[in-house]
Amino acid sequence: MAHVIFGINLTLAIPAVPLMHSHETILKASALLLLSLLLSACGGESGGREARVDEGIRLGVLHKGNGAEPQGLDPHTTSGIPENHIITALFEGLVSKNPQTLEVEPGVAESWDISEDGLSYTFHLRHDARWSNNDPLTAEDFRWSWQRAMTPALANVNSYMFFPIVNAEAFATGEISDFTQVGVEVSDPYTLQVRLRAPAPYLLQLFDHHTTYPVHGATIESFGDPSDRLTAWARPGNLVGNGPFLLTEWEVNSRLRIEKNPRYWDSAAVQLSAVVFYPTENLTTEERMFRDGQLHYTEDVPIDKVPVYLRNEPDLIEISPYLGTYFYIVNTKKAPFDDVRVRKALALSIDRQLLVETVLQGLYEPAYALVPPGTLGYQPPQVFEYDPEEAKRLLAEAGFAGGQGFPPFEILYNTHEQHQKIAVTLQQMWQQTLGIQATLLNQEWQVYLDTQKNRNYGVSRRSWIGDYVDPNTFLDMYISGGGNNYTGFSNARYDEIVLHVAPRTADRQQRYTLYKEAETLLMNEMPILPIYTYRSKHLMSPCIQGMPENIMDWITWKYVYLECPAQ
Amino acid sequence: MWRFTVLRVLQAIPVILTVITLTFFLIRAAPGGPFSSEKAVSPQVQAALEARYRLDQPILQQYFSYLADLAHGDLGPTFRYPGRTVDELILDGLPITAELGFYALMIALVLGVTAGVVASLKPNTMQDYVPMGAAMVGICMPSFLLGPLLVLVFGIWLQWLPVSGWGSTPGDKLLPSITLGAMYAGYIARLSRAGMLEVLSQDYLRTARAKGLPEYVVILKHALRGGLLPVVSYLGPAFAYLLSGSFVVETIFQIPGLGRFYIQAAFNRDYTMILGTTVFLATLIVVFNLLSDIAATWLNPRLRYQYKQ
Repeated sequence: MAHVIFGINLTLAIPAVPLMHSHETILKASALLLLSLLLSACGGESGGREARVDEGIRLGVLHKGNGAEPQGLDPHTTSGIPENHIITALFEGLVSKNPQTLEVEPGVAESWDISEDGLSYTFHLRHDARWSNNDPLTAEDFRWSWQRAMTPALANVNSYMFFPIVNAEAFATGEISDFTQVGVEVSDPYTLQVRLRAPAPYLLQLFDHHTTYPVHGATIESFGDPSDRLTAWARPGNLVGNGPFLLTEWEVNSRLRIEKNPRYWDSAAVQLSAVVFYPTENLTTEERMFRDGQLHYTEDVPIDKVPVYLRNEPDLIEISPYLGTYFYIVNTKKAPFDDVRVRKALALSIDRQLLVETVLQGLYEPAYALVPPGTLGYQPPQVFEYDPEEAKRLLAEAGFAGGQGFPPFEILYNTHEQHQKIAVTLQQMWQQTLGIQATLLNQEWQVYLDTQKNRNYGVSRRSWIGDYVDPNTFLDMYISGGGNNYTGFSNARYDEIVLHVAPRTADRQQRYTLYKEAETLLMNEMPILPIYTYRSKHLMSPCIQGMPENIMDWITWKYVYLECPAQ
Repeated sequence: MWRFTVLRVLQAIPVILTVITLTFFLIRAAPGGPFSSEKAVSPQVQAALEARYRLDQPILQQYFSYLADLAHGDLGPTFRYPGRTVDELILDGLPITAELGFYALMIALVLGVTAGVVASLKPNTMQDYVPMGAAMVGICMPSFLLGPLLVLVFGIWLQWLPVSGWGSTPGDKLLPSITLGAMYAGYIARLSRAGMLEVLSQDYLRTARAKGLPEYVVILKHALRGGLLPVVSYLGPAFAYLLSGSFVVETIFQIPGLGRFYIQAAFNRDYTMILGTTVFLATLIVVFNLLSDIAATWLNPRLRYQYKQ
């Protein structure tokens, strides 16, 4: 409360001073103040300030720009990328991800057995796994944590990730309230059994997602109801984790610091002594911080700075394929877009190569399907290419020869310079090739989301980033009536493959063949117009080691260290 | 005097209440909501979220429970940062924004008063045009241009000052304070020039000169007193606007102040945070206007006389 009084008194006192004393006093005081400000500035400089990054390299402290301010650090209530970067350092799931291959490797579970039918998983937990308060970490911790993560009152937006488990969906939607009916069993303190309702070949990937991470029950209960998302347990001083790092400092909108956890089972492998995350929602500021020696690694790079770095300092920029697709969705329930020939005409008249080379400065890859290439070896089908003649023919066949009689329509996108540039380019391409008139409609993010959900659009910009490395994370979006399927697309064979046939196929290559069939179906119906595949871009100190590029932009913190290459 | 003060305080209450009511209903009328996301949320999760934040109650009931909480000084939990309260975030950001605003105002005063006084001494000569031209540039140049320009010159080229941060590296408070203060310096320069010109033609200054006082004493001791009155009455509201208008500077320089929360809250539809910051800043503006009115009355006997009638 003293803080309150201080804060308010301070603001009231400031203007009161100049009002009560003579003007000379104000002038003297302000001159003094300005002088001291100047002096403090110069004082810092004359000493030859060591850049933060250099000090970091000396001390093993990595400084990272982290995008938006993290909303929270509770693995069961957050879902953003900035949070993920921190949570994966503070906690560890049953399995962990190899940053090179993205295949799973042992985490808290030392090993696991999968039954012949793919319906039962037995995890053998390591005996030396401990919480950061030195409590032993057991299978019961996982059972308790998963129950919490699925409790409806907690409103975990990622609870659907548990749905392959027997009765998990019923529990998470409130149909049953007895967690013993859910397919999670503790057979002994170090053995956890998971039973599935249907095979899910990507299941192990899910057990590396933070929604399946264990949390420390006793700590959470000491802050109130475990299913209340508003308690303060995930704060510095309160949070108990099991990952390679500990949360030591968190100043909102300023910085968040984590330090090496000596009780982590593999702490011998952890080389960094600390990581400091800075919220950097402004890309230009982040780039300046990097140039000023305040950051080793940025979350992103402003697109107009990319060519400059590529030309002048290619060693400092890292650009790699990313598990995300930028595309347009078409409302298949709205005339004239209910005609597949119209949708195809739109898709075939987009010169993606030109768009990527000019508007996007050659940064991204043109996309002709939904799933990005190289998703753990999956290659999407290409059923069409840029073909303006064929596009014209299709449009004529649909009854709009040369664009005659085609109703004017809107291209919807959320307010952002780059989305606008792309929309303008597509507007021109469609006008020139097909002779049809589109107008641009930009809406603020929240309004745009609403418009899409209510299907009040004709053509709209959309993008999707994979939750895990499997084509399923993209393809299950377009099942009939799917929560993220705003196009009205529905195909029985597609549903059958994605929901039933592919999950029951254990062999990865066979499964990919099935997914390819499904994606071909999708692209033949064209409810979406793929535009380009994302790439992740970072400014990166050459002294960062152990952070290989991968399509999930995933960092496995325990492998990262700072060591400058010999000059 | 007392009658005047009490009257003005009573007038402030309906103003603030109107701000609360308008903000409360307007943000709820805006499309989208605090839980909208690119990834669809299941209806059960949506319902649980709404229940936790009382959004499932009838809107009037929500309004009255908000007012009841507000009466206890409780601005509620934020939607965006689970586990934190609006009070906590405002109290975290306020001292920083206040400090930034204070430095900016000091810089504005020193630069503005100097430029204004210098200009007023020889009106319509170069000595007038140059500082007044500079003041006009200061007023017109938006901080999102001036900030990056200063950073480019002093941070990147000359490497004298850090490009961002607040209190983490020495000197990092200087550029944001100048950026924020520049516009106010321009206003203050114009106000003090006008005030000084009016005073310089007064009889008592001729008397001061006639009795043989040196020119600097005439200006600094006799002219400034009267000439700066308009600046003094401008300071109160200016400081309140500095507090609520610092978000651009805070974003450019990565300063963890109040302004950034204010803008982010609107984009995120963080209902309680928008309301909390709006109500807080509205109160602040009302209070500062009140204070400067009271100060003006106190300084000016003619105004005092009016209220006695």
